[in-house]
Amino acid sequence: MYGRKVKLRFLFVVIILITLILSVFLVLKSLEENVIYFQSPSEINALTEIDKKKIRVGGMVKKNSISINAKEIKFIITDFKNEINVIYTGAVPNLFEEEKGVVAEGFLKDRNFFFATKILAKHDENYMPPEVKKAIEEN
Amino acid sequence: MLYSVIGYYSLILGLCFGLIIIYFSVKNFQNYQLLDNKILSFTFLQFFFVVISFLCLILSFVLSDFSNETVFNNSHTTKPLFYKIAGTWGNHEGSLLLWLFVLTLFILIFLLRSKKQPTKYKILTLVFQQMIIIGFFVFLIKTSNPFNFLYPTPEEGLGLNPILQDPALAIHPPILYLGYVGTSIIFSSALAATSLNIINKSWASHIKKWVLISWIFLTLGILLGSIWAYYELGWGGFWFWDPVENVSLMPWLALTTLLHCILVLEKKLILTSWVIILSIATFTLSMCGTFLVRSGILNSVHTFANDPERGLFILIFLFCLIFLSLLIFFFFHKNNKNNFTSLFWLSKETSIIVNNWFMMYFLSVVLIGTVYPIFLDVLSSQKISVGPPFYHKLIIPFLIPFLLMMAVGPKLKWIKSNLKDKFYLIILLAISILLSFLIVKNFDTKFLLNTILISSSMYLFFITLRDFFIKIHNNISQNIAHFGFSLLILSILFNNLFSTEIIANLKVGETFQSENTKIVFESINQEKEKNYQSIIGNFSIHNSKGKIENMLPELRIYNQPNIVTSEADIKTTLMSDKFIVINLVQNQDYFNIRYQVKPFMIWIWLSVVLISFGGLMSFIKKEHEK
Repeated sequence: MYGRKVKLRFLFVVIILITLILSVFLVLKSLEENVIYFQSPSEINALTEIDKKKIRVGGMVKKNSISINAKEIKFIITDFKNEINVIYTGAVPNLFEEEKGVVAEGFLKDRNFFFATKILAKHDENYMPPEVKKAIEEN
Repeated sequence: MLYSVIGYYSLILGLCFGLIIIYFSVKNFQNYQLLDNKILSFTFLQFFFVVISFLCLILSFVLSDFSNETVFNNSHTTKPLFYKIAGTWGNHEGSLLLWLFVLTLFILIFLLRSKKQPTKYKILTLVFQQMIIIGFFVFLIKTSNPFNFLYPTPEEGLGLNPILQDPALAIHPPILYLGYVGTSIIFSSALAATSLNIINKSWASHIKKWVLISWIFLTLGILLGSIWAYYELGWGGFWFWDPVENVSLMPWLALTTLLHCILVLEKKLILTSWVIILSIATFTLSMCGTFLVRSGILNSVHTFANDPERGLFILIFLFCLIFLSLLIFFFFHKNNKNNFTSLFWLSKETSIIVNNWFMMYFLSVVLIGTVYPIFLDVLSSQKISVGPPFYHKLIIPFLIPFLLMMAVGPKLKWIKSNLKDKFYLIILLAISILLSFLIVKNFDTKFLLNTILISSSMYLFFITLRDFFIKIHNNISQNIAHFGFSLLILSILFNNLFSTEIIANLKVGETFQSENTKIVFESINQEKEKNYQSIIGNFSIHNSKGKIENMLPELRIYNQPNIVTSEADIKTTLMSDKFIVINLVQNQDYFNIRYQVKPFMIWIWLSVVLISFGGLMSFIKKEHEK
């Protein structure tokens, strides 16, 4: 009915379409699973249930809140309205200081405790992550 | 003061020459014989003024002229001379001036090197390039003038961010820009060739040189940034899927695809539209990278200042360029109809096309992962980030067919091929699978995936290695680059699989004991340098075999700006890197210590050097033949 060329081209188009649809599906699914949401202490305080997914918490490190022992570092992240206790095992970046902005990545234990697996580095003393700036401005 | 004035007016003059060139080219386009020399001298003058302006900025930095705002913001009298000079492009304004410098340099080289090309094509390329150059001139003068005055003149500058005071980072921007800006030539030339409808084999071999140059520099530039991040940021890794890294990877992927397509075009005159689209995409992605890191959207060391006006300018500029190029593409490009008819499924070009598809897939994954958080933020003001698992999950499985294709593809012939007599292909595959099985068998996690991954990269490794010695085909540059790639993937895999890490908080004199490593924090020394104070920790590492190694990680407290940075101590051997970094936690007497053993680290760097060396070989070969 149709020539060989037409058939071939049809097959080609179909294959491309299928791969496109498949890859879009794959990407979206993986995106859904691996997205990390950013939340401020106030937002966490307003949570009704605790999600087991990895999140980021950002705000200021509260004054005189850092304490350290051989294993862990504990500190408090505040957005001047609500605060959250952070327990962290791992390496700290250079610009991790009290009364400076911080972003911690990890898991919530409950509304007051956060187990951090990573503290994100900043590169500039004057620079505040936009997330933190916004979280603080909102309050 | 004086230099700032000279620099500023040189910039204005450079802009004027850009406008003059466009005016002359458009007005006398038909009468091009007359134009040839005039245009060349105008372009030279433009380049000359940009050089003057750039030198003035460097001089202002060297002389610590704080009446210049850029110098005031980014320099300090106690800074070593080397970093005063490197500080010129370690900030937004200066780096844009560097960008402009490379733009004008490249178009000059382009005009000088393509004497044999049709004059119309040269002039049209120049016009498109001048549009980009003028755009950057206006951007620089209007939103980020590097020669702003400060009055009264401050006594002392604010200093350069200490993590930028590093040799690798001093040469990283120029090298990277050579790559980025090289793509602008490809862009202009592709548009010019499309408008004149001269996309043919000779155009392909002419533009291939530019693709190669940009590709080599982009590869090296990314490598330098990666090495810097490894030892300076203290995370002990080389790639974090950070948006800033991604924006340099995207043009690289597009450029690599383009490089392979150009090869096909040069031989067979197919894929013309694809080549044009890729040329446009490569430059657009480079510009996007600039936009993203300059607009303050991304959180990174490249975010020099949050100025929405700058971001908006680049965005509008970018849209104009994309619109223009698409217009040209759709109106002028005439596709030769018999594109698919001659394609046979088992041929060199099919394998290149298939791998092109894979590359485009990788590119879209990176693009989506980088841009999606920004879109979501704009649309719903929800802050998210996309972590490494996203990229790993989507990219790693597809590396397997990609690697196999890379191994077998070059063996195939153009047009139509078959795989008789390729007994060794199967033998090598069997050996690779067996070897990787032996290596991975002690690991429980992801056993199957790791075995398949390592075998496919080993397969490529062995095949390219064999070809190198047997020299069946004479394409040595391709051979080296592909060999480098297999080495890169292998080293990354082993590095991931066998890395170990210890993180502990220790006081001076304390000891940390783990299963097979003992870390003793012996003492600390303090030293005073010109612009920083250093605290050097003295550690001895005892491994399970009783071998003791001394390591001296350092903390630097810079005076201006007052910032602490960690300098990791790294002991590199051919087999593995030992990496230790310390940090002081505020108001506490504990030091935060991170100790890592990272196998095959040096091979990651070396393999990337090999890859770009492959490109260099190809470049030299082209020169040599002509």
